[in-house]
Amino acid sequence: MKQNNMLAMILAGGRGSRLHELTNKVAKPAVSYGGKYRIVDFPLSNCANSGIDVVGVLTQYESILLNSYVAAGRRWGLDAKDSGVYVLPPRETADSNLDVYRGTADAISQNIDFIDTYSPEYILILSGDHIYKMNYDKMLRAHKENNADATIAVLPVPMHEASRFGIMNTDENERIIEFEEKPEEPKSNLASMGIYIFNWKLLRKMLVADMKDPDSNHDFGKDIIPALLNDGKSLYAYKFQGYWKDVGTIDSLWEANMDLLDPNNQLDLSDPTWKIYTEDSTTLPHYIGSDANIKRAFITQGCIIEGEVKNSVLFTGAKVGPGAKVIDTVLMPDSVVEAGAKVTRAIVSDHVVIGKDAVVGDAKSEHIELVSKRVKGGRIKWLKH
Amino acid sequence: MAKALGIVSFAGNHVRADGLRAYRPAGAFSFLGRYRIIDFPLSNMSNSGIDHVQVYIRRQPRSLVEHLGSGRHYNINSKSGKLHLLFTENNLGQDIYNTDIAAYLSNMECIENAPQPYVVIAPSYMIYKQNYDALLNAHIESGADITLLYHSTDNAKERFLNCFTLNLNKQKGVLGLEINQGNAKNKNIFMETYVMKKELFMDIVKEAKNISSMYTLADIIDLACDELDVRGISHKGYFAAANDFHSYFDANLSLIDFKTANSLFQEDWPIYTRTIDSCPTQYFDSSSVKNSVVSNGCRIKGEVENSVLGRGCVIKEGAVVKNCVLLSDVIIGKDVHIENFVVDRNAKITHAKEVIAAESEPGYVKRGDKL
Repeated sequence: MKQNNMLAMILAGGRGSRLHELTNKVAKPAVSYGGKYRIVDFPLSNCANSGIDVVGVLTQYESILLNSYVAAGRRWGLDAKDSGVYVLPPRETADSNLDVYRGTADAISQNIDFIDTYSPEYILILSGDHIYKMNYDKMLRAHKENNADATIAVLPVPMHEASRFGIMNTDENERIIEFEEKPEEPKSNLASMGIYIFNWKLLRKMLVADMKDPDSNHDFGKDIIPALLNDGKSLYAYKFQGYWKDVGTIDSLWEANMDLLDPNNQLDLSDPTWKIYTEDSTTLPHYIGSDANIKRAFITQGCIIEGEVKNSVLFTGAKVGPGAKVIDTVLMPDSVVEAGAKVTRAIVSDHVVIGKDAVVGDAKSEHIELVSKRVKGGRIKWLKH
Repeated sequence: MAKALGIVSFAGNHVRADGLRAYRPAGAFSFLGRYRIIDFPLSNMSNSGIDHVQVYIRRQPRSLVEHLGSGRHYNINSKSGKLHLLFTENNLGQDIYNTDIAAYLSNMECIENAPQPYVVIAPSYMIYKQNYDALLNAHIESGADITLLYHSTDNAKERFLNCFTLNLNKQKGVLGLEINQGNAKNKNIFMETYVMKKELFMDIVKEAKNISSMYTLADIIDLACDELDVRGISHKGYFAAANDFHSYFDANLSLIDFKTANSLFQEDWPIYTRTIDSCPTQYFDSSSVKNSVVSNGCRIKGEVENSVLGRGCVIKEGAVVKNCVLLSDVIIGKDVHIENFVVDRNAKITHAKEVIAAESEPGYVKRGDKL
């Protein structure tokens, strides 16, 4: 807590059900991304790089993997004295029963005691399922300069898409005068990124009141932010420039991976001054066979490539057999494309095997095929009938 | 807790990998892209349940100390275990006095205070996989005073020159140690791996000093063969040593073959190293990479064949890299053709367009150099 007196809480309880089988056993923040990362590595690394020492991670849905993953705080360097990553699932207490987190605000309310033990001056609320690099310390500086009660990070989106987001209408000094959730006729294109800085004393008061309100959804966007505006508090927008992606669907998860192949991609994971930290793997560097053919690809350690890889992202331990073709595809950790198989426009889930000579996916399909079960080998199956 | 104290010794005077060794001790040599050679003995110890390890450092400690850190990445228990870095406290600067025996003597207290009844000593410049727990059990079962690990090779004329060999009788009793002068193909190369009781080890070290200040542990054990029961145990699987520059180069390239690599790297025997959180490697439209081992963080636009790439290397358009070992953060510029070279870290080759050495005599580009 010494560095900037701000504690971060990451909301990581969501399932991400539109990611289908990928989130059957893990919560969305634990979904693999970018060859060697999990989505939650981004907010956690951003915290570590922004000088935040204490991070609470609020988990709920299928949290076993996520809990054990984020609990190893040293991966992100969050293991010094007075520093740590704390996993906070719902719990039973002396004065309340075991309740699931009923909304984003309720998740924080149920952990007021945790936050109080650090008595931070500021609290940063983050979402665990967005991919972006951001310096929260800069945002805190803006918050202080504006003498704000709350600061909300916003992303300029194309005007025609604005009605899909929570939109902040601001005055010329970036002070928020109105908040509209998915407005039919948006007045501005500044979309809320779900990243908030609050003065803890004020937020604490608001949360205590919100808990007692039977009509509340216990949600930051629906309840807390409107209540603050009603009270005439000073809320400021903080404009974010750069790469930001909410990977809600199979298509958008695929796209976010493909973005990494763009030579000018804005996310730039190779920047040594803002590294994204993740789990350390003891695998070998990747192996490339003598007949391999690799063009436009993002490949990490533990992979073995003997066939062709084009326009694809390969995760730790993925294998491409001799004569196999992997095109416009994401191969998740330890997936295998056996000899002669062809995979096009797909996401192959972790540990899934595409059998010898099998053909999966279609270059012309509108949507990306998610392969989450073993595909049997055999090129011309129909000849057997 | 394991019965043995682990000791990783430093490379003796016969280890002369020219070029690389100007900057770091052999244990800190980069190996197969993401490793350092010392990762192998340390992982062997950690995987064998040895969690009290002493690493001896003779000179140029910087890169080794940075790499080893607290030892946490070797899976050594941070409370009950210990990774202890020890230095030769010898200010003479004379190599003849700078023996392993001198280093053990100046740290005798640390050895004496270790609670384990046995020691397993392994070299920092040799690459192999070995379960030391199995070796220790075999040693105890045999009733021998000292057990030495060796590897039978048919390549002793070209490789392992100036390393020790074991002269064995039919019962695998060690008759003596000799230097490999490259005069015969078949030799039993001594892997500088010893198992014995800690008390015996301390006695031998003290005795060596009484006879000659120049004696190494191998020298005194050669003498001791007459009086003690010294036995050899044969090692199977991959074995290489970075005892000279050519061997270092060859060892790297030999592991490009995946079958060979499989005999060294096994799933139940992880080789640990320090992570530096580089992102995956990016291949561009113009890249062509064949038969190579590539670490993370590289950006490849050119052609790479039969080579090992360290972390963060950049291969620009039109470049051709063939039979090379690139250490980390090397830049190979546009249209540069480089062949049969070891390029030390941070070197940048942009102006020289043809950098080619003979296969029989690989070349070396200095750390941070610009060509």
